[in-house]
Amino acid sequence: MNRMTLDLWVGVFVAIGLGALLFLGLKVGNLATTSTGETYVLKANFDNIGGLKVRAPVKSAGVVVGRVGDIRLDAERYEAVVTMNIGSQYKFPRDTFAKIRTSGLLGEQYIGLAVGGDIEVFKPGDAIKKTESAMVLEDLVGQFLFDKAAEGNDKK
Amino acid sequence: MSNEPLVKISDLNFTYDRRPVLTGINMTIPRGKVVAIMGQSGCGKTTTLRLIGGQLRPTQGEVRFNGQIVHELDADALYQARRRMGMLFQFGALFTDMSVFDNVAFQMREHTNLPEEMIRDLVLLKLNAVGLRGARNLMPSELSGGMARRVALARAITLDPLLMMYDEPFTGLDPITMGVIGKLIRQLNDALGGSSIIVTHDVQESLQIVDYVYFMADGKVVAEGTPDEIRASDKAYVHQFVWGEMDGPVPFQYPSEPYRQQIFGMAHA
Amino acid sequence: MLEQTATLLRGLGRRVTGRIWRLGFASRFLLATLLYSGTSFRRFFLTIREIYFTGVLSLIIILVSGLFVGMVLGLQGYDTLQRYGSSEALGILVALSLVRELGPVVAALLFASRAGSAITAEIGLMKATEQLSAMEMMAVNPIARVVAPRFWAGVISMPLLAALFSAMGIFGGYLVGVVLIGVDEGSFWSQMQASVDFREDIVNGVIKSVVFGILVTWIAVFEGYDSEPTAEGVSGATTRTVVTSSLAILAADFVLTAFMFRGV
Repeated sequence: MNRMTLDLWVGVFVAIGLGALLFLGLKVGNLATTSTGETYVLKANFDNIGGLKVRAPVKSAGVVVGRVGDIRLDAERYEAVVTMNIGSQYKFPRDTFAKIRTSGLLGEQYIGLAVGGDIEVFKPGDAIKKTESAMVLEDLVGQFLFDKAAEGNDKK
Repeated sequence: MSNEPLVKISDLNFTYDRRPVLTGINMTIPRGKVVAIMGQSGCGKTTTLRLIGGQLRPTQGEVRFNGQIVHELDADALYQARRRMGMLFQFGALFTDMSVFDNVAFQMREHTNLPEEMIRDLVLLKLNAVGLRGARNLMPSELSGGMARRVALARAITLDPLLMMYDEPFTGLDPITMGVIGKLIRQLNDALGGSSIIVTHDVQESLQIVDYVYFMADGKVVAEGTPDEIRASDKAYVHQFVWGEMDGPVPFQYPSEPYRQQIFGMAHA
Repeated sequence: MLEQTATLLRGLGRRVTGRIWRLGFASRFLLATLLYSGTSFRRFFLTIREIYFTGVLSLIIILVSGLFVGMVLGLQGYDTLQRYGSSEALGILVALSLVRELGPVVAALLFASRAGSAITAEIGLMKATEQLSAMEMMAVNPIARVVAPRFWAGVISMPLLAALFSAMGIFGGYLVGVVLIGVDEGSFWSQMQASVDFREDIVNGVIKSVVFGILVTWIAVFEGYDSEPTAEGVSGATTRTVVTSSLAILAADFVLTAFMFRGV
């Protein structure tokens, strides 16, 4: 095998290998959507975050606009403080509602931003005032059973 | 050229795993001479070569090559010294992934910055010296045993070494090839003006081409002399070795308990 | 009885010290390989040659295996996911299992048996036929000239092969899931993109494959260099390369996974 053919083959190998990496990065991963570009920080307090995890998506109208950066417990008020990294191109009005939603019945949890009508927008580091906690399945089931039992009592 | 011998081995001891392999070896390889080290398989001949080449460290004593004590050299100096040595391994040890040409060119490409055309000329010159200029594009797997050894010889002499070492150069060759290799060894030695050490157990072939012989047994030098002295030697060991007798100081039987005891001992048990 | 026990213990002790001694020797050998790596980069052609033998020649097996693994993942994943009515999550399942685990691990296992064993056999044979000694006597350091280029070739090839394996596997999952079964193409890709994180999943997968590449080639060159210079010695070393590196890959995978994906 002479040197030229060898170089050619190795070149082809390295090229398609890097191509595969690029494919993984752009087509499979989300390199193109979030990791590039600047972000700013928003905070929100929740009574209960349910199963929300760090790096969970933050969506507005179903579009991913950022990711959860940090989750801590405020030790004084016993509330969860969630820090979100939002893409700088997205601005949200000050009366935006942050809700913890679940994709599908058993899917992962994410933060949904329901946009209000305020003219002023959040500045980096601001806290979202209006929040809605996660629905906890056990509570829902308990509520449902309680209602049923109450109905049964009424009928008697 | 100084009168000091090229290689001087004094009081050399080597132990491997607490087992003495060499004890009290003294040898002198004068410049311009071909010296043979003979002895049975496993008597420490190859070990001696490796000690000269600095691949092993002596337990005691020293090897002087061209005035330097081999085992006291640091890695760089040892590699410098090895450029002045050539070694022919038992089965040639050609690099199987390179052609004959590249094998011979190997050292020049590694150690010199010679332009490729000059390397080409030198390689062809060396290959011509061993009569294999026509085989330059073959791969080692396409060579016969004798040809492989001649290529290895050409490779060993590429940098015109002061000292050539041959490890069993005649093993496994037919008589014609043996004669060819033997003559080449002598011719090359005289042409290069260096010295050669041949480690061998092929007595008849080597006695024709060497100037001096050391006989080794069990890690010691037991006899030495010129070929004529060796042929005429009346030492029992040398006599047995030179004339290939079956029994003598070297017993035919591997050491074991007496035959009678082993056979009849079973009955007693 | 007492004597037998003593013999047994002595044998055990010797085996253990033997292993530890070999581990120490192997570490020293790795250090020497790194130290003498200059040649492999100064004369990069030496390394390119070895990339051809380790990387290019492993391409076929890696691509074909990747395709099949991906197709199996597609079938099995669909079968399980459609029970929960979330078959469009197939893309996530295929991509995450390949990028995080199967890509690096299976590619490394294949690499160990395809290229690792070849490296061991080649170096072992070079040792058995005294080529390494010959090189040393020609004042050329065999670690710099023979071992280091092979080592670096393996370390360079491994992540590329793992990426190709993953990409091919995702393509296989796409073939089965979208083309054959009919999962919605849009949700296949978009769900995948939404859940596979570049740094968290892909970069970690690449780090894994680099570590596996170092492990496999280190074991392969060491076993070759340390093999008994006989036919049985070389064949034994080749077997040991495949066994040891497979175990090392799986063990290292556990450790790396525990470190990387702990918080998610």
